[in-house]
Amino acid sequence: MTAKRIGIESSLAVAEAVRLANVDVIAAYPITPQTHIVEGLAEMVANGHLDAEYIPVESEHSAMSSCLGASAVGARAFTATASQGLILMHEVLLVAASLRLPVVMAVTNRALSGPLNIWGDHSDVMIARDAGWIQIFAENGQQAFDQTLCAFRIAEHQDVLLPVIINFDGFHVSHVIEPMHFLDQKTVDEFLPPYRHPHALDPDKPVTMGGFAMPNMYTEGRKSLDTALRESKKVILDTWKQFGDIAGRYYKPVEKYQAENADTLLVTVGSYSENAMDAVDKMQAEGKKVGLVRVRLWRPFPYKEIIEALSGATNVIVLDRAISLGGPAPVCSEIRAALYSLKDRPQVVSIVGGLGGRDISPANFEKLIATALDKIKTGDAAETIMFGVRE
Amino acid sequence: MQIDDVTSYERSIAKYLRQDRLPHIWCAGCGIGPVLNCFLRAIDSAELNPDLVSVVSGIGCSGRVAGYVKLDSFHTTHGRAIPFATGLKLANPQLKTVVFSGDGDLVAIGGNHLIHAARRNIDMTVICINNFTYGMTGGQVGPTAPLDVRTATTPYGNFEPPFNLPWLLHASGASYIARWTVLHLHQLELTIVEALRRPGFSFIEVISPCPAIYGRMNKEPEGLDSLRNYIKRSVIKHGAGPRETAIDHKGPIVVGKFLDIDQPTLQDHLIGVAAKAKKPVKK
Ligand SMILES: Cc1ncc(C[n+]2csc(CCOP(=O)(O)OP(=O)(O)O)c2C)c(N)n1
Ligand code: SF4
Ligand SMILES: [Mg+2]
Repeated sequence: MTAKRIGIESSLAVAEAVRLANVDVIAAYPITPQTHIVEGLAEMVANGHLDAEYIPVESEHSAMSSCLGASAVGARAFTATASQGLILMHEVLLVAASLRLPVVMAVTNRALSGPLNIWGDHSDVMIARDAGWIQIFAENGQQAFDQTLCAFRIAEHQDVLLPVIINFDGFHVSHVIEPMHFLDQKTVDEFLPPYRHPHALDPDKPVTMGGFAMPNMYTEGRKSLDTALRESKKVILDTWKQFGDIAGRYYKPVEKYQAENADTLLVTVGSYSENAMDAVDKMQAEGKKVGLVRVRLWRPFPYKEIIEALSGATNVIVLDRAISLGGPAPVCSEIRAALYSLKDRPQVVSIVGGLGGRDISPANFEKLIATALDKIKTGDAAETIMFGVRE
Repeated sequence: MQIDDVTSYERSIAKYLRQDRLPHIWCAGCGIGPVLNCFLRAIDSAELNPDLVSVVSGIGCSGRVAGYVKLDSFHTTHGRAIPFATGLKLANPQLKTVVFSGDGDLVAIGGNHLIHAARRNIDMTVICINNFTYGMTGGQVGPTAPLDVRTATTPYGNFEPPFNLPWLLHASGASYIARWTVLHLHQLELTIVEALRRPGFSFIEVISPCPAIYGRMNKEPEGLDSLRNYIKRSVIKHGAGPRETAIDHKGPIVVGKFLDIDQPTLQDHLIGVAAKAKKPVKK
């Protein structure tokens, strides 16, 4: 069913996925390293290869607002952004989730100001953690293509109706040309039914969106959104299963690599996982019991899978490519909390690194693991370690 | 200030530049450098105390100016140069506050701030490099791109009508409005001097080549191609009415000083209101 392998830039592959999904509205504002995605889409619309409206809005705040409007009348809507653009959208991000509008957005993860920096890390999306969106990480272009297609199906499922962010690293993924497998239109059409919102704006059946809630209703509103987001995992798992069956590529909320007999598990998110794999291979060949666990589903947070993957280890080392200034690093703090209720819990070390595009090579990963194990040995593993920082 | 008072192009502007930051990032043939040059000469000609000049830029190729001037300068987030400068000016009214940024920064994402600053008539000079596109992000269509031009997001031509900036600023309440191209460097320098000296909100639009991106897509791949185009198309018309200053793909580019009026500034209004305010009664 999968067509032949082609070499293509990841951003353009995501644009191709959006075209195959036959979106109706794209509203976007340029920002590096996202822009190739929407330039690709603008060209497809202009060429007549995609029957959609391309709205060149005047800011990201307007991009998300336009997507909400489109989604509210029952149109399939897409945007892409990064960094400052994502944080400018924030007000509307939260509204997208609470209105249950299944917009899909690609985020090419990039550092936040200041200092101004256009390269990759996860600071932008970690700040969006609590916005109510389903959030998924792709580690390479193929995954970004696959997950973009899955995103529409998850978002629009009648039991979900929530917006989805597909994250992939700026430049390290977005600008890399990779060999990839696409799906053909017929396969995608079968996989992705047309979008229908049960309460879309419709002059024949008027509804009002964006209501006001007094203290006697607000809590219930938030609870219902939280429940919907937690329960979306069923549909996510089912979608990934269906996708695997047609594409031959299966995805899981938490994915393990050489983790079976490892005492020490490194946890990573995003494209740096591939460097970490090389480091793990080398260290295992040297007889070291080190394995890797990668978090793919970030929201809803996969408690069960995290516990299942990590509870047997002696040491867990979590790499965050984002810093929570003055507090614990985001991914690690959630993993620590998830493991806390276990009777025999592993030692957890938090490492922050790879900020603003700084590379972590396989050799650096070996160093990183050694540094973390040293901290455990000396009994001072509680503090977050900034890896590779010049002081 | 008479126009003829400023003639010497020999004055050194080096003292206003952070030379350790050079070479700059701008492409060969880009119009931003010459405009910066004019601005620095204008500061010199206007005999301003450099310690009292502050330059605020947003994000973009034009926004990089803030990093190259050896003056108090601020590189704000995208679109927010004007509100930042508003705070600066109100907190320290003796500062000469200059906003130097691009069309995308000032008119797209920051467009709301532009019209409100003009409405308030805050004492500030805005220099807007209009290269009809978001140069820094690779030349997508923006709100100043003329109809039909090709951009990275309009491969067969722009389908959205652009702003006519002098008209927008006129309607919003600015005191001083001028437009030049990068061909008119002498006039531009004099205009900046004049604007810096005039109280109230002044807006100077500079039509500027972006050969690397916009030009490449619109048959002006060299900076010189754009300058030749300006020679052909620009028409000096001081006092031109707002309806005459629209720019389309091929027609005339009307340049000159369009508006220069005296009206109370925000500061004047604030002082007026302050005078009316009653002293708090001591208990
Ligand atoms: C909130 C936000 N959105 C998008 C960007 C990406 N961005 C950087 S510069 C720029 C456009 C700059 O255009 P303009 O102001 O015309 O300056 P030019 O580069 O053309 O001189 C954009 C969209 C950003 N930095 N921040
Ligand atoms: S991209 Fe365009 S605006 Fe930016 S420096 Fe190059 S020529 Fe100038
Ligand atoms: Mg511009």
